[in-house]
Formats: sequence, C-alpha cells, structure tokens
Amino acid sequence: MFKHFVSLQWKSFFRSSNFGKSLALKLLMGFLGVYMMVTFAGLGVGLFFILKKAFPDSDPMLIVCGYLLYWVLIELFFRYFMQKLPVMDIKPLLLYPIKKSKIAHYILVKSGLSGYNFLSLFIAVPFSIVLITQGYPVSNVLGWLVAIVCIVLTINYTNFIINKSDKVFLFLGVLILALYSLEYFSVFPVKEYAGQLFYSLYQNPILALLPFVLAIGTYYVNYNFLRKKLYLDASLKKKAIKVETSDLTWTKRFGSIAPFLQLDLKLIWRNKRTKMQVFISLAMILYGLFFYSMDTYGDTSTIYLFVGIFMTGIFLSNFGQFIPAWDSEYYGMMMSQNIPLRKYLESKAGLISVSIVVMFLLSIPYVYFGWKALAINFACALYNLGVNVPVILFFGSFNKKRIDLTKSAVGNMQGTSATQFLVLLPLMVVPSVLYFVLKTFVSFEVALITLSVMGIVGFVFRKTLLDKVTEAYRKRKYTMLAGFKEQNN
Amino acid sequence: MITTQQLTKKYGSQMVLNIGHLEIPKGQSFGLVGNNGAGKTTYFSLLLDLIQPTTGQIINNDVQVNTSEDWKPFTSSFIDESFLIGYLTPEEYFYFIGELRGQNKADVDALLANFEDFFHGEILGQRKYLRDLSKGNQKKAGIVASFIGNPQVIILDEPFANLDPTTQIRLKAIIKDLSARKEITVLVSSHDLMHVTEVCERIVVLNKGVVVRDIETSAETLRELESFFAGNQVSEEEE
Repeated sequence: MFKHFVSLQWKSFFRSSNFGKSLALKLLMGFLGVYMMVTFAGLGVGLFFILKKAFPDSDPMLIVCGYLLYWVLIELFFRYFMQKLPVMDIKPLLLYPIKKSKIAHYILVKSGLSGYNFLSLFIAVPFSIVLITQGYPVSNVLGWLVAIVCIVLTINYTNFIINKSDKVFLFLGVLILALYSLEYFSVFPVKEYAGQLFYSLYQNPILALLPFVLAIGTYYVNYNFLRKKLYLDASLKKKAIKVETSDLTWTKRFGSIAPFLQLDLKLIWRNKRTKMQVFISLAMILYGLFFYSMDTYGDTSTIYLFVGIFMTGIFLSNFGQFIPAWDSEYYGMMMSQNIPLRKYLESKAGLISVSIVVMFLLSIPYVYFGWKALAINFACALYNLGVNVPVILFFGSFNKKRIDLTKSAVGNMQGTSATQFLVLLPLMVVPSVLYFVLKTFVSFEVALITLSVMGIVGFVFRKTLLDKVTEAYRKRKYTMLAGFKEQNN
Repeated sequence: MITTQQLTKKYGSQMVLNIGHLEIPKGQSFGLVGNNGAGKTTYFSLLLDLIQPTTGQIINNDVQVNTSEDWKPFTSSFIDESFLIGYLTPEEYFYFIGELRGQNKADVDALLANFEDFFHGEILGQRKYLRDLSKGNQKKAGIVASFIGNPQVIILDEPFANLDPTTQIRLKAIIKDLSARKEITVLVSSHDLMHVTEVCERIVVLNKGVVVRDIETSAETLRELESFFAGNQVSEEEE
C-alpha cells in the first residue's frame, strides 16, 4: 500500500504545475536550491573552525550545544507559520478501501520527509563529520547526530500539535525573548544549563534514546489525533475564520480610486501571501546594515545605490511584479465590470508610491552612517517613485500566470515567469549602472542629482506614462484573461 | 438591443461558434440552451468582450463591444465563481460593485432588501468571506450582484445550476419579474429545459456553435426541445 502512496507522491511532484515551468525558471530554482544547500553545508563544515578560532579556550561542541535550545525554539517558531500538515491531499483517498490508520501513517511519515527537516541536517551532518576527522570519538558524535535527527523529527511533529492554537505561538515568541533577556542581563545563564543538557547527549550516546522516544511519542500523539479526526467535517475542513470587517472610509479622500484602494488593502491584508510581502518588505529595511556596517566599500559605493533602490523599492518589486496577477482569480469580472482600467492602475500606483515613501522614512536612521547614506536613499526613493513605478506596472502587462491567493505564502512561485526576472534589469541594474558611470566620470553629486531629476521628471509626467501603460494592458487583455483562467500554471 | 453579426470564433481550425445573425430586442428574456460545448459560454464571453471574435461583431445598444467599453455601464453579468472576489464578504462585494456602478451604500442596501427571501438568511451578516461560502450561496451572491446599478442588460450563465429547489423557484420569479417590466434584457443559459421555458420568452438552441432552433416560447416549447435533445444527440446528452 505504501508503494502506491509513494507513487502518488512521485506523480504529484513531477506532474505538478511548478515542474512544468519553463526551463530557465527550473534551472534558476535548482540553482537557488543547490546554493542554499551548499551554503548550509559550508556553514556546517566551517562552523568548527570558526568557533575554534573565535573561542580558542572552549570546546566548539559545547558552544554549539549552548545554542541548541534557541535553535529548537526558533525553528518551532518559524515552522508554526511555515509548515502545515498537508491534510487536504488525502481527501480523495477517504473514499477508497484504504484503512484510515494507513492514511494517517502516510501523511505523518510524509511530513517526516519534508524539506524543513533536512535543512538543519545540512549543517549538523557536515559538522559531525568534521568533528570525527578532528579526533572526536566516533560513537559519541554519531549518538549526538542521531539525537539531533530525532529532535528535528520531534520539532516536526510537535509543530503539528501546537499548530492548532495561536496562543502557543505567542508563548513561543515570548519564551524566546524571555530566555534571551535572562541571558543578556545575566540573570540566569540559560545557554550554560541548556548546553550541559545537550552536551550530555554527546557525552553519553545512550541518552540519544531520549529524543528518540520523544519523536516516537509526538508521532503517536499526532497519529491518534489524526486517526480519529479523518472526517470531512473535522480536521480536513478548511477553517473559515470569522471576518472582522474594517471600515476603510478614510480612503474616500483619494477620490475616484478609493474603491480600488480599499480592494487592494483588503487583498493585501486578507491573503497570506500578500500579507507576507508586507512583513518581508518591512524587515528588508535592515538589509542595508549588512553593507553599511562594513567599511570596505567607501561611502559612495555603487552597492549603496543598489541597496537604496532595493530598500525603498522592496514592496514595489515584491508586490508590483505580480500586478495584475494578484487579481487573476476574478480578472474576468474586473474586465466586464464598469471599471476604467486607468483607475485600477492608478490605485496600484498610489499604493506602491505610499510604500516607497514609508520605506524611505524608515530608512532615515541610516543617516547615522553619514549624510551621504541619506542622500543616496532619498535619490533612490525619487527614482523609484518616478521611474520604477511606471516601469513595473508596464511589465505587469506581460503577466499572464494565475495566482491563487488561497495558496501558501512560503516558497510559492505561482505567477512567476521570465517577466519577473527581466523586470529586475531596468528596476535595479539600470540605475546602478547609471550611478556608477556618472559617479566615476563626473561626481557623486551629479550622479545623485541625475537620478533624482529622472525620478521627478517621471513623476511629473506620470499621467502620460500611465496612459501608455493602460494602453499596454488593453492590448494584452485577452492574453491575460486566457492565461489567468488556466488553473495550473 | 443586442445585434450579433457574422460572429465566428475559432480555436485553431475548430469552429466553436458561428452565428450569422441574431437580434435580441430590448426587454426580451432570452434563453440559450445547448449541450456541453455548444458554445453558450463562448457566446456570453464574446458578449462581454472577454475573448476576441475571429470574425464579426456584437453590437450592444449601438456599442460594438470589442472596440468600445461604453457597454459596460449598462451591462452586468454573472458567468461563474470567478466573478466573485473571494476575500471579500458578500456585503463588501455588493458595495464594491455598487461603487463601480455609481450606487452608494444606501442604494445597495435598498436593493438587497428585495432579495432577503432569495438569500434565505445565508448570505448577509454571516461574517464569512465569499470563498468560504458554499457553491450555491456563492452563486446567489453573484446573481444578486448582477442586479446592482440598474443594468439594462443582464447576462447569467447557468444561473440555476447548484441552487437548491427553493432558490431555483425564487430565481425564476425574480427573472420573470425583471422581464415583465420590459426594460431589462435578460440573457440566461441553462441545461435545464424546464426552467428556461418557464422564464424565457424566446429560446435559442445552439448545437456545435450553430443556431439550430429559434423558438418563441409557447405551451409546446418544452416538448419540442425535449424531442430535439432526445432525438438528435442522445450520445452527447449527459453532463
């Protein structure tokens, strides 16, 4: 029977719409995947030596063990909103003469093989190998590794248990913060005690049985729960949340685009993937710290311009690149309703413009790294406003891949096509090159002023530009409609 | 009101719709029947300019639909669930459509009040998103949304499918009431011969993209249609 399940899984993977994507996209995704793996494995290999160098007096193993508790908690925290038990997949199986216990085992085992579980192993396995080559006793290291694998599985199954309540999630967040503060303000040395605990797994490989029992235990808790709840109205039902409607009458101020603005705000707030974009965008304001905190670049490096365009335009590129595919589910209605296309686009442009202003305001603290940082970010914001907004909207007219808003937010490549990569070129590369050339051959000031002026000119002529964009959408209307209708792309 | 001229739609070499001439006068309740693949939805999609005609055109109240957008203010439609915005509540959806059609909240509320029976307490005030409603309830919301904003042309594709018997009967009454006023042209397609003969003054039968019958509804119509579908295409009749 399991053979059948495996073959089902195999087919669902290889026949999935993602797999049928264009070769270029597949290569790129493959490349990203390999890159991630290599980075993690590299970290695993390097970890020992890095720690050895940084703390020559202590055992790297002990240091790693000290952080394991945080790793467990943080992984649980992230998995909470990233990983769900894929119960919906088994709905069709319920009708066939397959024992429910088997179905329950199937999804649980399947979840055990999920990619999330392998992520940390990509660090743990190379790290263990390095330990062995460094003369650590083989049996102890292997015991420790087995314990780690079991802990990963325990995290996996614990997540499904706690996933049912929001309170646990909050509790986890608070716990992590609390433990860290205890540590930070030296009230209680969490790392030391937790480290001892995990280190004993290494000292005493027999103790690896403990996490093993934990993994089995959490598996069975899940199993019992699932076995009883394999009914359409129990665990297999999608949750319908009670809606809190918010009054968005303040948008009325924006005149004729108000209904679209309201719609867009609801679109963003009520769908996981779009909501995620907002959080990612806000978090990305920290991106610049990576570069500004390093002294190697000088204070007018082109990398800062790139960072500026990226930070102030993160929502522009993340959200904007999928316009109008966000509305693909009901694009037919939008096109047959009494909707002037122009107003629809104006609303999107307005929304993105607001995001640019907000991101710029958030980026003001970068002035700490000198007035030039502020000047660069300001020029970038202007350039984004005037030039990149019409550019991204124009490229949007080439979108014809459907996006299902109800699908998950993480690792969702739906709607992605070559357009999404092409658009990065004018969006980020063009201003960077322009800046580089002007800065090198004329001066920093002239480079910034040129970009700002381009932005202002674009902003002044935004009406004309938007007319052109509207025309492009009109021309591609039928192609978009046909593309958005295709369920699995 | 709606004139169709030399309209064809081809996918590759396959002709899916070929209507030489079809005139639908103002205020008529017009029924379109046919088996799967007969071209009903294709015709409605062309009428709404959602697909491009291969040749010919449709003129809706002096506006050629594939060259001008001026038909939009007086035409409304519900084709399928893709006309709904899943992440809105029914109320929000109605108000949104209302705003697009120049109606304020009070106007929309006044209209909705007429459909309380039809909603059967399952649409308004449920605090649920449209995507979480059942198929039948989604359909109810979509159909009523197409009545917002005093349209002169209403296009409903398969409005009876997925509805429970009570709602079907109520919908029939609503459509009859609309057409009785002789101001609104209602276009309805259906697989259910009985429903269409009951609500439509005129029934056009499409078969493989071609108009094969054009009947003024009378007492005989249902039998005529039944014998047509039974005789001609038994093999294709099941859904």
